[in-house]
Amino acid sequence: MSTTTFRKHNVLPGFNISLGYTLLYLCLIVLIPLSAAFFKTYEMGWQGFWATVTAPRVIASYKLSFGTSLLAATINAFSGLLIAWVLVRYDFWGRRFIDALVDLPFALPTAVAGIALTAIYAGNGWIGQFFEPYGIKIAFTPLGILVALTFIGLPFVVRTVQPVLEDLETELEEAAASLGADRLQTFLRVILPAIGPALITGFALAFARAVGEYGSVIFIAGNVPMVSEITPLLIITKLEQYDYAGATAIAVSMLVVSFVLLLIINLLQGWTKKRREA
Amino acid sequence: MAGSTTMATTSTLSLHQAPGAKGGSSATTEPAFVCWLLIGSALAFLTLFLFVPLVAVFVEALRKGFGPFFAALVEPDAVSAIKLTLITAAIAVPLNLVFGVSAAWAIAKFQFRGKQFLITLIDLPFSVSPVIAGLIYVLIFGANGWFGTYLQDNDIKIIFAVPGIVLATIFVTFPFVARELIPLMEAQGSEEEEAARVLGANGFQIFWKVTLPNIKWGLIYGVILCNARAMGEFGAVSVVSGHIRGLTNTLPLHVEILYNEYNFSAAFATASLLALLALVTLGLKSIVEWRSAKLIDADAPTENIQK
Repeated sequence: MSTTTFRKHNVLPGFNISLGYTLLYLCLIVLIPLSAAFFKTYEMGWQGFWATVTAPRVIASYKLSFGTSLLAATINAFSGLLIAWVLVRYDFWGRRFIDALVDLPFALPTAVAGIALTAIYAGNGWIGQFFEPYGIKIAFTPLGILVALTFIGLPFVVRTVQPVLEDLETELEEAAASLGADRLQTFLRVILPAIGPALITGFALAFARAVGEYGSVIFIAGNVPMVSEITPLLIITKLEQYDYAGATAIAVSMLVVSFVLLLIINLLQGWTKKRREA
Repeated sequence: MAGSTTMATTSTLSLHQAPGAKGGSSATTEPAFVCWLLIGSALAFLTLFLFVPLVAVFVEALRKGFGPFFAALVEPDAVSAIKLTLITAAIAVPLNLVFGVSAAWAIAKFQFRGKQFLITLIDLPFSVSPVIAGLIYVLIFGANGWFGTYLQDNDIKIIFAVPGIVLATIFVTFPFVARELIPLMEAQGSEEEEAARVLGANGFQIFWKVTLPNIKWGLIYGVILCNARAMGEFGAVSVVSGHIRGLTNTLPLHVEILYNEYNFSAAFATASLLALLALVTLGLKSIVEWRSAKLIDADAPTENIQK
């Protein structure tokens, strides 16, 4: 047995060249350029870095970016679970069409999504006009940012929960029902724990994407400093003022958060996989 | 325990009277009105967030009729934006395709230390904000960057020029092909390739005649997604482009410029082109998914014997 395993990974050619090329390309395109951001910040020194990333305008942008992203990911968690459930469990006219269309936010360029959402959620837009009489402005306020982030995060939860829900055996639900659980109890006690890891993974993915999102947000946000200015926009603003060090410092603070999120997502995905295999 | 048995009978009975959905016994589904309520609210949400924006793009594009619509698309700046977008995708997608295949080959067919870490690093560009993706290339190739003086002395332009746009696009579309292929090739194992090797095939033959037919659909899937993102990328490209009309404007940047000039109908006309690309992408994706599902469902056992 051990000899077959040993041979298994040695008869095939091309290990050195394929791994070598992979590492080279990875370093040239991703790792070395990313390290440039950290080197640039290192030149600034800790004091300069800290002063830049804790300036009131930057803090306001963090609060806005992380706050709206958290809210959008929460909306995505609920609506994504609902959509995944409906797609897996029910048969209705147009189901396959909707299933395909769920991925639209992945495929639609963010700038297009941005101007389309702005047009319909503006005060005179198709949807915005219904809110305008009540004094609710959506476009050009933080509420607009929430709409854009909800749009781009939509497919994540659906696509992580859907396969787990499809794998779920109905025997468990039958057993729960036969033991006297009503449908809501079965959902809360049997189904939800089973799809829990996938749901949290989808939530984390949507959140990570929302924090860095730029294209769809800038059109609808209004971009008022301290009020509706997201962190990625602040990086661009600093760049346009030729404040490369400032832009990089903010970028590094965001990168650190992204790396932590990536680590958490990896752990979550491992957890989901283990659950599905068990 | 005795109590629960009686409860079970009654609850199953009451559930049996409820109409079910999508087959299955009535113990595993909800009453009809709950079904319709859930379907209704899911559709309402999707309408507000997906259908209406999509329809709005086309309605706004055609608001002034077909004449201005086509005029906006054949205008010289628009044509050069289309060209640049196509060129960028034509460079970025094949490069990431070669990388994706090579990474998947190394990761799926061989065991080595740090494999999981390598997969995480490949996914890294997905968790980096597009704006930061643009910024890091400015730090390297920009006027004050690492190679700034060298590039200026030799009159090579990367930032605010086409090479920068291509680089930023490669970065944001980096993982697409690799992440489609790695799980697929891992699931398929390497028995077929080993058999080919034993029968005397060389590496190129093994890949071309054994591996490629097996991963064909996953490969196409990855390329479609990679291409859609390459043509539609906005944030990263925006940082390195410099927005020079007719020279360094891709389609999404052209949309932004027109929009900021309050030329809404032209902006939406250009945007509709990109929305059409998105719809074609989704269509192709569905076809690929359908084909590969069919392959797994029906053909897989017999196909392996026949080939």
